[in-house]
Amino acid sequence: MSEIENAPLKPRPAWETDFPHERVEATHVSRREFAKFLCLVSGGLAAGTAFVAVKDKLIPPHRLKGEHLVCQRSEVPVGGTRAFVIPGSTTPYILIHLESGEWRAFEQKCTHLSCAVFYQPNTGKIECPCHNGWFDARTGAVLQGPPPRPLPQLAVTLRGEDLFVSELRPQTP
Amino acid sequence: MLNSQIKTDEEFFIDPQRCIGCRACEMACAECETNGQTSMIHVDYVDRYISTQTSVQVCMHCEDPACARVCPADAITKDEFGIVHTANTARCISCANCVLACPFGVPKKMEETQIMMKCNMCYDRTSAGKRPMCATVCPSGALWYGKREKIEQMRPNSTPVNTFIFGGQTVHTKVNIMMPAGSTELRVD
Repeated sequence: MSEIENAPLKPRPAWETDFPHERVEATHVSRREFAKFLCLVSGGLAAGTAFVAVKDKLIPPHRLKGEHLVCQRSEVPVGGTRAFVIPGSTTPYILIHLESGEWRAFEQKCTHLSCAVFYQPNTGKIECPCHNGWFDARTGAVLQGPPPRPLPQLAVTLRGEDLFVSELRPQTP
Repeated sequence: MLNSQIKTDEEFFIDPQRCIGCRACEMACAECETNGQTSMIHVDYVDRYISTQTSVQVCMHCEDPACARVCPADAITKDEFGIVHTANTARCISCANCVLACPFGVPKKMEETQIMMKCNMCYDRTSAGKRPMCATVCPSGALWYGKREKIEQMRPNSTPVNTFIFGGQTVHTKVNIMMPAGSTELRVD
């Protein structure tokens, strides 16, 4: 036996424990490592959920101030639609001239995964083509598919020939 | 590797003095598709000027493989059966550290493919319970694979040795070399 062999084992450098050449060591996941992984992942998820909840509570939802001109009445035929954005915001909206003659305005983002939604003429329904979600074009309520909430709606006011949108308040019909 | 059928009671024995230089092992090794039909075994003349004696070298599968220790890309690994595998082709950066580090001169850098290749004891065969190809074709028994008791019984004048001393370094290997009876180590100074 040589002297080298009998020498006490030196502590292994970190790179050697991090990248072992023994396959058993390389593929081994210790109970401690697994517990750490579980704690980190579930802790991360919990922190993320808490952040979303706190953000939801602390930051009030964006409210639309005042009335905004969209277009002239004659520009949208019956059964037609017009996409618009309100100055100062990037949220896409869709103005719908229903076959009954009524006007509706909704956010053009599906409440499921924010795909653009489209009005289907003569059906009274708004379709989200991504996952076959359907909304009622009169109320914005979910009719079918994965969307969890109704489409956010704006109030449409006709003043002369001009169409204005404003925030939909509960008392507004 | 729970489904491996590797026979843990069988070992590799090299008897260099039995090598007749027929190169059947090289041919057999080069038939294998796993190594890209390249021979992973080395047959060399000991000293061609004074003798025609040849010697054969397969990977010795060291207990503490120098090739794997020096690999900066973690491409060479040793499995739970003690087999030191050839470079993981996805990781090998062809730095040739292993070629320089191996005391037995086993790893070879393939210049065309820029990858290191070495003997892995025919892992595709041994893991299925078969013997390495070179050991099945060797006509003189210089390469032999089987149970230790059997070779001790067959060759009573030889002893399998797996301790090599290279100057100040001692290397223990999985593969044995047949030495005169009573030997315990091979000193290569």
